Amino acid sequence: MTGSSYLLILMHKPMLVYTFDNTLDGLLSAVFDSFYYHEMPNDLLTAGDAIPLFCDRIHEIHTDENKSKRVWKGLENKLSYIGLSIITISFLSEERDKNYALFSYICKAFKNPNKISIEKNFSDPDVLLCTQTYRRVCYEAKRMKQFLRFQQAKDGTYLGVIHPDHNVLPLIIDHFKDRFNDQSFLIFDAKRKYGYYYDKEEASRITFSEGETLSFDNETGKMNSDILSDNDKLFQDLWKTYFKAICIKERLNPKKQAGDMPRRYWKYMTEKQN
Amino acid sequence: MLTESTIEKLRILAESAKYDVSCSSSGTVRSGKKGMVGNTVGGVGICHSFADDGRCISLLKVMLTNYCMYDCAYCINRRSNDIKRATLSVSELEEIVMEFYRRNYIEGLFLSSGVVRNPDYTMERLVRIAQDLRTIHRFNGYIHLKSIPGASRELIKRAGLYADRMSVNIEIPKEESLKLLAPEKDHKSVFEPMGFIREGVLENKEDKKHLKHVPRFVPAGQSTQMIVGATPETDKDILLLSSALYNQPTMRRVYYSGYISVNTYDSRLPVLKQPPLVRENRLYQADWLLRFYHFNVNEIVDEIHTNLDLDVDPKLAWALRHPEQFPVDINKDDYERILRVPGIGVKSALQIVNSRRFNRITSYHLKKMGVVMKKAKYFITCGELTNMFSGPTIGINEIHPERLRPLLLSDKQKKEINDRKQLSFDFDA
Repeated sequence: MTGSSYLLILMHKPMLVYTFDNTLDGLLSAVFDSFYYHEMPNDLLTAGDAIPLFCDRIHEIHTDENKSKRVWKGLENKLSYIGLSIITISFLSEERDKNYALFSYICKAFKNPNKISIEKNFSDPDVLLCTQTYRRVCYEAKRMKQFLRFQQAKDGTYLGVIHPDHNVLPLIIDHFKDRFNDQSFLIFDAKRKYGYYYDKEEASRITFSEGETLSFDNETGKMNSDILSDNDKLFQDLWKTYFKAICIKERLNPKKQAGDMPRRYWKYMTEKQN
Repeated sequence: MLTESTIEKLRILAESAKYDVSCSSSGTVRSGKKGMVGNTVGGVGICHSFADDGRCISLLKVMLTNYCMYDCAYCINRRSNDIKRATLSVSELEEIVMEFYRRNYIEGLFLSSGVVRNPDYTMERLVRIAQDLRTIHRFNGYIHLKSIPGASRELIKRAGLYADRMSVNIEIPKEESLKLLAPEKDHKSVFEPMGFIREGVLENKEDKKHLKHVPRFVPAGQSTQMIVGATPETDKDILLLSSALYNQPTMRRVYYSGYISVNTYDSRLPVLKQPPLVRENRLYQADWLLRFYHFNVNEIVDEIHTNLDLDVDPKLAWALRHPEQFPVDINKDDYERILRVPGIGVKSALQIVNSRRFNRITSYHLKKMGVVMKKAKYFITCGELTNMFSGPTIGINEIHPERLRPLLLSDKQKKEINDRKQLSFDFDA
């Protein structure tokens, strides 16, 4: 058989695409449906994605909490704590190919006949991709813990604005709650337009409605000068001075600096603002 | 209350403190407490920024004062230097630490000081600040205290109750060199406080077994620092000392600081155009081999190889000296041997031993896992009949180490070696 006719036969297999609502419950419901109907979709897309050209059938997933709960319960028997975190955390990533990889990862976890959990098999492309996505998200969460900068308002509330590539705010909020438990603060994700406000008791998710005037500049993260506390400017200057003074001029290494502290984060960082 | 003059003082004292390498906030996990500010996260700590020289800024690294009664040749703050001097008041420093911390600029404080009057007087002031931060300001973040050489046992025991980490810098690995450059210091004044800290930690550990409430004592252990390139010590001298230090309990990190010619007028010191950055880097790599790769110091440096190879990293240099250890079979050999392969790090080695329980690992998998195949391919065999280039496997034993070595150098390195050769040739002529 020649190569091209072999390909034709392969392509003849009907192409099946699942679409879901881009929630974790939706993804788990998709796994449920896949096992229920004994079929394996060729791709898992979200509502906005373009449908592939040779698509034969589209199955729209209805997110159902009962289904997702059952799938999750099953997963808890199949994966370790880390294996489960790989699912929840890499789901926060906004990379396009992660949905289908996660879907396959979960399916493989269920089909795995081995006693050893599938999450340790890094020679499997889906496991490797999910693990690497998980690492990237964790890494960015860590970077937000590093690079977030607070400014203090006149009423004593602190404001920090971030602009992460992945949706990591839910991962870092506990760290800041634990660390600054006696100060009220707002951490705002300027890319996804939502934030968490902590009032010394609990953190609650907040969004600003259209047209509401923000108390800070969305582009630079700077708090408006009329509500900035009186001595905040002094501490910003002190910090900038310190940042310049601590550098050893004989050892300048901008490449390492940009590697450890990528430029895309600089715009919200006090020491790098003018 | 802070004023404009505080900014100038902070600038002077940060510039005086910046030659200390240590800045890490690692080694202890302590979650937040009601009524206190801060926590520590453990792991490798958190670096809040990176200065233009690429070094991390985790702690507020500052001196309480840069007046000093000593005249150590390698130090910028020696008393005979004509530099700006300043002293931060206790309240100024405490306010800066708290306000910086609340703005997420820093993980905590790294405090050292020039020696004024006598070691105990200076140490006492450092301890006072740590104590104030913990008890008055309810600060629960990271505190790294420098122990002043020659400070008394009582003060160090008190300091240990408030500090997370303490350090005494060795600076010069051999005592005779230290005596030459810093006549007022000796190794005893360095190793004695180190011993006090160790004693304190071990006693504390013992107490914890019997008593319910024991105060914390330097939970993140101690660190030290050595200057590289200011004195004639070889890498062997330095690494033997590091290895001995790591064998003691409580020693967590040894830092290496490439000597920067700060006092060019002093004829006891070499005049370097550039700090020996490559040598410093190789020493850190060797340090990593000691701590994470189960290497013995004698495998890295020995009688013949007293200095580290500047062109290739110490792990590769070891592999080139030991062709009989290769090839390593990725699918069969144990973790320890896989860890020895140049191009495979701790993370990849763990991934390999985990994954091979499921199926045979091929070079495709290795590449995907992040192994540097450019290096590793000469040292391994994996689950393939032939290698990626569809020929018989060509490894270190077929090519021979001396011919393999140039293959592993980058073009830039080759050019540098060539330049060096030409330079020495000109010099001879």
